[in-house]
Formats: sequence, C-alpha cells, structure tokens
Amino acid sequence: MKLFYYCVFVCCLYTTTSAQKCNLSFKGKVTDFHDSSIIIGASLQIENSNKYATTDFDGLFEFNNICAGKYTIIIKHVACDTKRISISITEDTFKDITLEHHLNELNEVIVKTNTKTKITSVEQSLKKAAIDNFTDKSLGDALSTLSGVSSLNTGNSIVKPMIHGLHSSRLLLINNNVRMFDQEWGDEHAPNIDINASEKITVVKGANTLKYGSDAIGGLILIELKKYAVKDSLFGSTISSFNSNGFGGNINSEIVKTYKSGLYAKLQANYKQFGDFKTPDYYLTNSGLKSINTSFRIGYNGYEKGFSAYYSFVDNEFAILQSSHIGNVNDLVNAINNKKPRVTEDFSYDINFPKQAITHHLAKIEAYKRIKGFGKLSVQYDLQINRRQEFDLRRGDLRNTPVIDLRLFTNSLQTDLEIDYSDELKLNTGILVRYQQNDAIAGTGTNPLIPDFDKYEAGAFATANYKLNFDTEFNAGFRYDFSRIDARKNYNLNDWQETYNYDELFPEFETGVINGTRIFTKPEFTFHNFSASLGFSKSFENDISLFINYGLASRMPNPSELFSDGLHHSAARIETGLLTINKEIANNFIVSLERNNDDFGFVISPYYKYIDGFIQLIPVGITTTIRGAFPVWEHNQIDARIFGIDIDVNKKISERFNYKGNISLLKGDNLSDDIALIHMPSTSFTNSISYTKKELNQLTVRLQNRTVLQQNQFPDYNFNTFNAIQQQDVFVDISSTPPAYSLFNIQTSAVFKAFKKGSLKLEFNVDNLFNVSYRENLNRLRYFADELGRNFNLKIKINY
Amino acid sequence: MKTLNITNTIKLVAILCISTFTLSSCSNDHDDELEHGTEEELITTVTYTLTSGNNVVNLIFTDLTGGSLDDATYEVSGSLTANTTYTGVLKLENATESPAENITLEVKAEGDEHEFFFASSIADLTIEKTDTDVNGNPIGIETSVSTGNAGTGTLTIVLKHEPTKPNDGTSANAGGSTDAEVTFDISVQ
Repeated sequence: MKLFYYCVFVCCLYTTTSAQKCNLSFKGKVTDFHDSSIIIGASLQIENSNKYATTDFDGLFEFNNICAGKYTIIIKHVACDTKRISISITEDTFKDITLEHHLNELNEVIVKTNTKTKITSVEQSLKKAAIDNFTDKSLGDALSTLSGVSSLNTGNSIVKPMIHGLHSSRLLLINNNVRMFDQEWGDEHAPNIDINASEKITVVKGANTLKYGSDAIGGLILIELKKYAVKDSLFGSTISSFNSNGFGGNINSEIVKTYKSGLYAKLQANYKQFGDFKTPDYYLTNSGLKSINTSFRIGYNGYEKGFSAYYSFVDNEFAILQSSHIGNVNDLVNAINNKKPRVTEDFSYDINFPKQAITHHLAKIEAYKRIKGFGKLSVQYDLQINRRQEFDLRRGDLRNTPVIDLRLFTNSLQTDLEIDYSDELKLNTGILVRYQQNDAIAGTGTNPLIPDFDKYEAGAFATANYKLNFDTEFNAGFRYDFSRIDARKNYNLNDWQETYNYDELFPEFETGVINGTRIFTKPEFTFHNFSASLGFSKSFENDISLFINYGLASRMPNPSELFSDGLHHSAARIETGLLTINKEIANNFIVSLERNNDDFGFVISPYYKYIDGFIQLIPVGITTTIRGAFPVWEHNQIDARIFGIDIDVNKKISERFNYKGNISLLKGDNLSDDIALIHMPSTSFTNSISYTKKELNQLTVRLQNRTVLQQNQFPDYNFNTFNAIQQQDVFVDISSTPPAYSLFNIQTSAVFKAFKKGSLKLEFNVDNLFNVSYRENLNRLRYFADELGRNFNLKIKINY
Repeated sequence: MKTLNITNTIKLVAILCISTFTLSSCSNDHDDELEHGTEEELITTVTYTLTSGNNVVNLIFTDLTGGSLDDATYEVSGSLTANTTYTGVLKLENATESPAENITLEVKAEGDEHEFFFASSIADLTIEKTDTDVNGNPIGIETSVSTGNAGTGTLTIVLKHEPTKPNDGTSANAGGSTDAEVTFDISVQ
C-alpha cells in the first residue's frame, strides 16, 4: 500500500513538473477473478474522455496515444460488476484486470422459492414475511407450519421442533452458522432462539448436511441472517403485536446501517410478555412468559475478503402450569381422571413456581478471504454460554432455589474452504475443534440431573458437488467426528453395584471415594462417528425437479441418555440414563418430486429411515419412594424404522384466490419389540384459501384449517399401581392418545403508505376461531389441561 | 476499511480462541462434585406418636437412603386399645443431616400450603385434625385419633404440598403434589 501511495505521489510530481508526453500506450488483459477465464467483449473507458477499448478473444485491450498522467478506467461487462480502477501512466503500461462474475455474493440475497442451501437437498423454508407472523411465538410454532415438521410441547410456550418425529439431539440447529448448544437433550428444553433476529429459516429433511455435524439423524434447522446490499443506507422496522389470549404481546425493533464500502451494522431488540393463557373454559394458572432478546451485528462485506461479528442474548422466563406439578403416580391418576386442572385461578401476569429461567449468550467472529482462481476460505470462532435454571415447588428455605441449575459453556473454532473455480465441480471441506464444559452449579440441594463434564470434539468433512449438465447434479460427502466426554458423578452405591452392575462393567470409572451411600466416579467415553451423504437432483420441463438423497448419520448418546438419574416432577416419573448406551446409527432415504410454479405447484416427498440402536426413553417399572410410587423411565436402545410422506400443493384458483395445502403421514415402528414408537406425530393436514387484492392496499385474507387426527399407533405402556389410600390397584393410563381435532384460523393484512418512503402493515388474525377444546398428543402437559382457546391478534409493522 | 488486513483478523480470532481455551481449562479444575452429594429436601423419618394417658404408641418410618423403599423400615411399638381416644402428633425429619432437620417446623410455618391426610382400612378408626393454618383450615400435624372395635389393618399418612384448601378431606380430591406417603400395619385390641 505504501508503495502505491509513493508511486502516486511520484507520478503526480512527474505529471506536474514534466511536459505532457502523449504517445504512451496502455494495454492489458481482463480475466474473471473467480476462475481466471478470459473475459471477451468487456468495454473499457477512460473516465471523462472519449477513449474506449474492448477486449478481444484473448481478453486483451489497448489504448494508444495517451498522455502521461493519472486516469480512472471504467470497465464494464454484461453480468459483471462495473469496476473502476485508478492508474498512473508514465510509460507504456500493461495491466491485468480482474472482474467479478458473481454479483450475488455482494448484493442482497434475493430469496427465491428455489434458493437451496445445497442444490441436491430436500428442504423447505420460511422467509421473513412468514417469520413475522410468528413474531410473538417460538421457533417451534413457526416451523410446525411446514409439512413433515411438528412440535413436542411442554405447555404452550415451551415448543421443541420435531422433523419426521425426531427431536432434541437428533436435530442440528444452526443459528447464523453456529451450532446451538443449549441443553437440548430434555423433552422440555426448547431452543433458545429469538426468531425475530432471523431472515430465513430452512428445514433440511434427512441427514445431508455434513458441514455442520455427523449427527443430524432427523435433519437440520438453518437460521440465516440477511445479507445487505453494498450501498449507503439507513433503515429499520418495528413490529408490535398484541394478543387477547394471554393478554400480552411482543415488540421488536431493528435498525440497519450500511455503507458503500461494504461495512454494515445492525442492532435488534425484542421484548415479549404474556400472562396466563386461557383454554375455552378456564385460565391456565401459571402459564405466562417473559422474554428479552437482543442481537448485534457488525461486518465488512467485500468480495475478496470480509469479516463479521455477531452477538445475541436471549433471556427467557417460562411459567409452567401449576397443576402439572404433582407428587406421585396417584396424583397423576387424579390429574388424568379430572377433566379440569386442579388449580384454575383468575388471570395474572405472575410467573410463580414451577418455572424455567434460561439465558443464552452467543458470540461469533468470522473472517473470509477469496483466493484468486481457487475459492474461498473462512475461519470462524464461536462461543456460547447457556444457563438453565428450573424451579419447582419446594418447602422452606429452598423455596427460591432451583432444583436444576446447569451452565453449559461451548466454544468452537472451524474453518471452511470452498473450492469453486470450476463451474462443474465444487468442493467444500473444513475442520472443527470444540470444547464444551457443563457445570452443575452447587447449592441446589439436590443431586444434579446432569453431572459436571468436559467434552472435546474434533471433526473434518469434505463434500463435492458435480454438475453433470445444466439440469443434473450429484453431491457426495464424508465426515468424521471424534468426541470424548469426561464426567464426574456421584452414584448411589446400591445402584452402582446391584441395580446396574457398574462395578463389574466399569471398574475403571471408580475413584475409590465412597461417601456414605454414595460412590464418586469419573466416567469417560470416547466415540468415533462417521457419516456420509449422497445426493442427486435433476430438473425436467414444466418446472419439475427430482431430488434423491441418502444419508448415513451417527450420534453419540447425549449426557441425559448416559447419566440422568432422578425425579421429574411434571411427569411424575424417575428418569434414568445408562452408561451402557452406545451411539445410534441412521440410514436415511428421502426422495422429493417438486413442481415450483405459482399457478400449480407441488412437493411430494416420501422418506424412509432405519435407525440402528435408536435411543428411547420408556417406562420400565415402578419404584416406591417416601413420596409414593413412581414409574421408572429408562433409556434403552432398539432398532427403529420411520417412514412416511409429506405432500404440499399450491394452486392458483383465479386472479385473486389461491389454495395451499399440505399433508404429513408418518409411521414409526420399534422393530425390536414389534410395537409402535413412542411420541410419533399423527397424520395432520392443513388447507388454506387466500384472497389477495393488490390494488387495495395489498389486502390479503386467508382462511386456514388444520386438522390433526388421533394417533392410533402408540405403544401401550399403561400399568397398574397400588393406591395405599384406596387400598387397591389403580390403572394408570399414560399411553392413550387424545382424539382428533380441527382448528380454523383467519389472517388478514393490509399495507399503507407511511412517511416518505416507509410503509405500515396492519394484520388482524384470529386463532382457533371456533374456540375448540382439544388436547394434543405431543404436549407433555396433555394429562393436565386443554390447549389454548380463541385468540385475537393485532400486529402493526412499520418499515422506515 | 480498504486497508482491512485479513491476517490481523485471523490473528485476533486465534488469540481469542486460545485465550478462551486457556481460561476455560483454568476454571476447569474445580472439584466441587462432592458438594452435590446431599439431597436436602429428603424426608427420611416419619414418626406418628399416639398418646392416651400413659399409653403411648409410636409408628416410625425410616428410609435413610432416599429413593427406593427396598431398605426402608416400619416400626410399630404396639397395638392401640379399642374404644380409646388418642392425641396424635406427627414429626418429619431429615436424618441425613446432623443434627437431624425437623421438617415439621417448615410444614407448620407453611401450613396454608400443606395438609396431612389420613386413611385407614379399619372402619371404626377415625382421625380428626385438631390444628389449623392461618386461614383456619386444618393442617394435621396434631390429631385426635378415636378407636372403635378391635381389628387389624393399615394406616396411610399422606403429606400434600399445595393441596386445594379447604377440601373434602380426601387426598384424592385435594390435588397438590405428594411430599410423603407412608403406610403402617396397625392393630386395635
């Protein structure tokens, strides 16, 4: 750089002191930055002059008879970014000039319906407009509108996404290229993500995304941020939402500043609060929530190099239905038999016990460099701190002390190299190292459900995408991951020696420290995971394309599957992990036939998964404690098969009317025991008709119906238990599923002009229009209360 | 920003990583695992003392390990006398702590959130709660026990947390969560 300025300085001196020499030539060659190919027919102009030149078949150009001096050259070519360069001519000069063919790298990502994460993958996505509809809801709520995606709920605010019946550790959640680690192992642990910070959310079905991990047995959820145009601009938006049910809502604001140099910055903040929600017949006492989220981004978006830094903070406080806190199995029987929850008080904003309080910090820094004629290298470091506190109803001094208090610290360093100079063959490879530490914070007055542990991971992957011709592509990949977990845990001596026989199976874990009835151990496990993927895509006439994917994924057991050991109040069950649990290995096949057309489009996507060593949590017996009898749920491994089909259809009925529908069919089998798999989503279908009148303030009215059928295929884990008070056996029906339900929703929206260049969007929606009482099989609190009744929702979005 | 140096950024990232790895491994050598050992909310001992003049019968349940009741003991010091009225007093303790923690005091202090329920298979045995919480509803730490004709059977004592108060006197309809549930074999002679 210094040399450059020096040159300029010298040149300026020269041009001002010497007489004009006007017989110089300026020659050069124009090539593509990307793959060094010759650019033919690029036009060059010396600014503020009438001197033009065009590159020939060798990419060469020539200006003759120019005077010595400093010039600005403007280089233009179809499909390339116009480039301006400054040059000083003091003698005959030859210069190599490169142009960018890949405009989209610099500009705003224009999200098209067919923009895929990977050309061959089977995926569906939600764009900003759809995400805005869920501004006051959760990630799980937003995604469950997609076919094949459902949710596992604990009440109505703790919502876990489920893809093809699989959830928790079987789904990878990638937030802005960072894999989320937020103690996702528990059924009642929802991902800590504020969807308002995202621009696009993609669900990749099947295991074909090796870049992010080898354990995506169920699939992957990709949360992406917006890419900003390289121009000077300042803009923002505010969206506020108010709901009659829960008497609360949400306010989200964001402001973005971009510069022509490629620099950008964004600040976003969100506040959400709800009080007790209401079913058609009663208030759900203690079901409110409070959530504060904020995110900040800064970066430099250049073609050859750039960087970005991102920080987000999520603070959630969820009340858990008071009636769901029960003691023993008799309390559970009472709850199941009583149609109404035991506590139904008047509306309140109070968040009492039981509740969850969770904070999640995520920070990342990323830098990339594009290498001429080769590809792009990126390096990323990210750090996450997740603190989870769960409060139960407790006595005396422990009243305000959480029963679970865990802090999970994760940090990763990863590199990613995209070799994309060839149009036919693109390679992607990368390595990852990660260190994770869980701290079961002392002072809870309980044995921690998850022990202290350290986890070390290292992985490497390579994928190749080969374009056979303009309509056929292949993709193949391989990934290896090493992981090691070092835990420290106290076991009940009797359990260690008698119940599980660990003293003989794992004598190496014993430390020799025995404290009364407890034995202190240091379990250590090492896993080697391999995964692979194969993909094929072909486009046909009439906007039809076909995708075929195969994926091999393997997942090491998560800490709860290995170590959990304790009482879960809301479920009235004792949950036990086993040290003998090994990794699970899945073979996924998915095919998708798609027609991407606004007049009539469809997606028909059948899939088949075979999971070897599928880890499930099922009831295995009863233990009686001082609190009474509890079913014991133990993790075990079986061979499982899940298959089904997702179908989406869209049809333009007339200029103003549009139809959209989808149906998801799924069957899950426990092949080892020849019964159905537990917690599988039942058949559901959605139909909606929308009316749009663009000229009348973009008025849209949509009527939607969603029907969920009863799950008739469930494993029967019902049992009898002795009731000491009644002095007789009682039947505990924990397996039977609730009946089918059908809900109607109405959504209306209109856009108005506001300010000089801003706009104002008004939305009015009604959920559960007919105030139907129903229960959902995949809600863990279905034994205790109905789902939500009618809700009126008003949203105001202002763009400025 | 044109002069942005990519190598500097990478260096910065590297320094950040290394420092985080180092810092985290430093904080790693905490050995507080043994602190987690105690289950502070545990009720290990339930003692129901029935007194009628000099006639004292103690029903004592003990399970010092928590968890499964396989190793629990039930001790009944004698049989009750027919057609007699006893004064009953309950005491709950956590004997894993030293000295043993008297949990009855906590239950009494939070009397409006707790209630004991009694159920016996001996038809003539009636148990009446004689103490009350701040709202005038029964708690059940103190009771009056009247025996009728001779017989043998069981007596179940249940402590509920956050039951509906007032209620119809049966634990099934009172809801709440069960903190303790103990059954003794007793006889009336």
